[in-house]
Amino acid sequence: MFQFRPLRLFSAAVLAAVSASPAFAQADFSGHWAPLFHEDHPERLPGPELGDYLGIPLSEAGRLRADSYDADRISVVPEYECRPHAGDYMMRGLSNMRVDAIRDPVTSRLTAFHLRMGFQEMERTIYLDGRPRPSANAPHTWSGFSVGTWQDNVLNAYTTHLKENYIRRNGIPASDKRTFTEHWVRHGNYLTIETVITDPAILTEPLVRSQTWVLDPTQQMGRDICETVPEVPKAADYVPHHLPGTNPFLREVADWYGLPAEATRGGADTMYPEYRKKMGKPANPPPAICVRYCNCGLNGGGCNVQ
Amino acid sequence: MGRAMHKAFPASLAAAAVVVAAVSSRAQQPPPMLETLRVQNNVYAIFGAGGNVTVQVGTDGVLVVDTGLASSAGALLAEIRKLSTGPIRFIVNTHAHPDHVGGNAAFSGLPPDPRGVTPDRAANAAAAIADPLQPLNIIAHENVLNRMVKALPPLQPGQTGGSERLRGMPIDEYFAPTKDMHFNGEAIVLYHEPRAHTDGDTVVLFRGSDVVSAGDIFTPDAYPFIDLAAGGSVAGEIAALNHILQLAVPGHTEEGGTYIVAGHGRLCDEADVVEFRDMIVIVRDRVQDMINRKATLDQIKGARLTRDYDPEYVTPTSFVKADQFVEAIYNDLRRAGLSGPPTR
Repeated sequence: MFQFRPLRLFSAAVLAAVSASPAFAQADFSGHWAPLFHEDHPERLPGPELGDYLGIPLSEAGRLRADSYDADRISVVPEYECRPHAGDYMMRGLSNMRVDAIRDPVTSRLTAFHLRMGFQEMERTIYLDGRPRPSANAPHTWSGFSVGTWQDNVLNAYTTHLKENYIRRNGIPASDKRTFTEHWVRHGNYLTIETVITDPAILTEPLVRSQTWVLDPTQQMGRDICETVPEVPKAADYVPHHLPGTNPFLREVADWYGLPAEATRGGADTMYPEYRKKMGKPANPPPAICVRYCNCGLNGGGCNVQ
Repeated sequence: MGRAMHKAFPASLAAAAVVVAAVSSRAQQPPPMLETLRVQNNVYAIFGAGGNVTVQVGTDGVLVVDTGLASSAGALLAEIRKLSTGPIRFIVNTHAHPDHVGGNAAFSGLPPDPRGVTPDRAANAAAAIADPLQPLNIIAHENVLNRMVKALPPLQPGQTGGSERLRGMPIDEYFAPTKDMHFNGEAIVLYHEPRAHTDGDTVVLFRGSDVVSAGDIFTPDAYPFIDLAAGGSVAGEIAALNHILQLAVPGHTEEGGTYIVAGHGRLCDEADVVEFRDMIVIVRDRVQDMINRKATLDQIKGARLTRDYDPEYVTPTSFVKADQFVEAIYNDLRRAGLSGPPTR
């Protein structure tokens, strides 16, 4: 026979209330976000100089791949023309972002954040529902497969199954063996995303970078459709690249900015402040005044590149 | 190509010819772990049987592209039976290597009524031999048949040839540049890729499902095995990859669209083939440059021309190591002046 027991009912109600809400204050990242470029502006907006590997923990393999890169490839090889940024670089490139919170329609529990980027209309999902990762035989994608977990109000996301892409837009590649971890932190209307890339084929140490965004409720994100068009006639078996030791552009960055050439070759040492003490002297002194990328706007407009 | 099988090609084919014995001997071994992924529509990819296997199922029955290693035939059949209990009507062999044709003999021994088939029966050599008729068509380019027949052990005194000797052979061979089929409601086009991975490579396009089965022309996480002894060439390999790129149309944001089942490795799309093609072109150019500068093979190997790609394409278990890849390119480029580029 059923007996009404107020205390037990109350306990059940409390338990239900607690379990239906987060155990802590999870940040809400949904909304329109505009990227801020006070960090690494020349690299992210006009684009990095050829041969600038400073601060990248490049392996020998990664360095040769980068040295071999010929920027003609993105126009001569049609399949590269509309290639978008991959999941790790899209958080860094010049792209506005919309984040939608995906909720279970019955429980309203947050199950994912869905991202849409302005550049190339890239989309990405960070799953929060604990779903298993795809198998090793599953396709890799530009965005990869991201699973998020909460640590207080910080969202930690781990991404696998990425396609080959780039770490810098000057030919430093990113292999399809890489993974990356992100830490999403919201401070009022500002969002900071720290990205830690691990690439056993290209990097000798994890590469840590951060990007900051500002909430922009009035942001409009239009279409960004890319159409592949053969632009340059070429032989079918031609791929632009530089043979080892023949890339004529690798010293430009050292000469233009008055940097020791050795430093521009990158490597794990060049990530750390102590490296400045041992990096040696440049062949040319730094310019007295800014001569490159001194007043750049979006997409490099206004850059007084000489 | 089998990354775990370091055997010369003819010796491997001989091993494939005694498939029944191999099937019997591995009856005590644990079955391989296979995984099936749906690619698109009614086309599936099965991983872990040796070379990757592509399966198309429907009301007409089952079409299988490659049959893996002989030792995996029972497990492969069990995996296929999870997709369809219909009759296996066609096998297409992308080339003649034993990790892609190894299951032919066991499959061709199946009785035509699939209700009588069990994995145990497929793995049982006696059951296979009990049915002298081949209830399915095994299709391949004629060069595959020629090489498989040539690799058969010579007849012993008192031994006769006949159907039993040819069990599992692709006797439904084709010799034209393409072969058209229509099965399970979709057009299927077989393309011969001359002198690529071997001289008998077939790329299979499932036109309705938008899936390409590439065989060992494309191995996204391993250097290609350009089998010069079996008629392969680096120029043909690049031409075949370019042809796959022509067949493939990516979807929105340059991914998806046409999916490509590689000979080994994960499921891929066009962008993955581009990276692979570019790697081969760049390494070829580097080798050619050193040949032009009168470098010897040892000097070229010493220059470690693939050191930037090795971390992506070589593992301790890789079938093709960096030096083997470079040597194949070197030997092919040295002879290319005599033979000329492959023609479709």
